[in-house]
Parts: sequence; C-alpha cells; structure tokens
Amino acid sequence: MNALPLWAEIVVGVLALASGMFALLGALGMTRLRTFFQRMHPTALVSTAAAWCVSLACVVYFSVTEGRLSLSYWLIVVMLAITVPITTTLLARAALFRTRQENMPGVPPPLHTEHTDFGAPH
Amino acid sequence: MSKLFPAPLLSLALAAMWLLLNDSLSAGHLLLALLFGWLLPLLFAPLRPQRPTIRHPLRIARYIVRIGWDVVLSNWEVTWDLIRFRAKPVRSAFVAVPLDLRDPSALGALAMVTTVVPGTVWCELARDSHAVLLHVWNLEDEATFIAHYKRVYEAPLLEIFE
Repeated sequence: MNALPLWAEIVVGVLALASGMFALLGALGMTRLRTFFQRMHPTALVSTAAAWCVSLACVVYFSVTEGRLSLSYWLIVVMLAITVPITTTLLARAALFRTRQENMPGVPPPLHTEHTDFGAPH
Repeated sequence: MSKLFPAPLLSLALAAMWLLLNDSLSAGHLLLALLFGWLLPLLFAPLRPQRPTIRHPLRIARYIVRIGWDVVLSNWEVTWDLIRFRAKPVRSAFVAVPLDLRDPSALGALAMVTTVVPGTVWCELARDSHAVLLHVWNLEDEATFIAHYKRVYEAPLLEIFE
C-alpha cells in the first residue's frame, strides 16, 4: 500500500473525526430531547453530515492511494438520500396516527381536503 | 426514441451507477452499463404508470447543488442548537404548507428533499395534495418559513416537472 502524503492524512483524519462527532451528537440528541417528533431531527445529522464526511474521507483516501479519482463511495450518499426519507416519513406517519388515536395533545388534526370528495377515488 | 428509451435520465443514471459501482471504464463494463441503462427502464416501465415529464434537465443539477448547500447549512444549525439545547431550547412545531405541486413524482422529490435537509421532516400530505404537514426543528416565524420553503424547494420543482 502506498503511503499517504501528510496533507491527505490530515484531510482524511479531520473528516473521519468530524463524521464521528456528528454521529455522537446525533446520538446525544436522542437522549436529550423529550418528544418523538423532535427526536426525528438529530438522526438527520447522522444520515447527512456524518455520512457525507466519512464518504468524502473515503474518496480522498482511495483516490490518493490508488492514484486515480474513485468516486464510487459517493454513491453511499446518494443511496442514503433516497432511502432514509422513506423510513423517516413512515415513522412520522405512524407516530402521528398513534398520537391522534390516543388523543394526546401537541399534534394538529389531519389536513382536510379542499373539495368535499372524501372517499372518492382520484 | 421514446419507445426505446422511456426514461432517458433514468437510463443515464443507471449506466453511471453501474460504472461507479465497478469503478471501471473498461469496454466490458461500458457495454454492460449501456445494456442496463437501456433494458431496466424498459422492463420497469409498466411499474411506473404515471411517467414524469421532465422539462429542464439542466435545472436539476442547479437544484441538487442548492440542496447540498442547504444540507450543509442546516446541519450546522441543528448541531449548534443541540449543543446549547439546555441553555436555549428550540421551538419545534408542525407547519401546514399549502402546495402548488400536483405531479406525484414531483411531490415524491419534494418529500425526499424536505426530509434529507436536517430540520424539516415531511409528515403528512393532504388527500388532494393541496397542503403538506411538516415538522420543523426550529420555527422562528411561520409565514417566513412557508415563503422560504415554497420559493427555494417547491418553485424549482414546478419548473422542472410541470
């Protein structure tokens, strides 16, 4: 394996550390926050900031050691951007449904349709 | 042309993904990338009954760059709010945003973008999709948030899809 030049070592190190910090902060947020809906937000730090930093570190590391641009690690970011919103929105919908079922405060009623076509297929 | 390539952008994305996954530009992989880019959209066309019409493919790139920058900015904001949470709690709230978008694919893209950017989560779309319920991490002023959201995230999608 080729040795990394100093600048690349620093860049990769800083990015990997930053990724760890963001992930730790996201986890800390989960313990600090009290309501479920607030807890949905720190996890976005892990799936964006932390994942972006570690993917960028991989791109830099493997581009330098292999001597050519290897962008395949950036696909992780693209795939996360496609898949994470699906689970997050599903969780939010489930939480909304259950909070409304139990008549707990702090949740708005369902959005009404503008036209009275309730139940009609469209 | 449209029969052979029902979704040219999807074909392009699939071919690029294949080449990136294999990390190679050899003749064999280029051929396979072409094959997948051509065949998969054809095979999956029956599963996408409502085909999106994309007007300005180049604006998509600008939109993605803008979203990327917003992700970086709002990551900083959420991080900072979390660090000083004990001293200064945030004001999280639900916001109902009226929508002008109607195209299902465009709404899907908007839902994805909203949830990817930290600080906003897409919660519930009205049955006739005239409005959406968002959960916002730190809501300072509802009217400015709605105006900003519609201008930055919804308006470009209206141009791209409709």
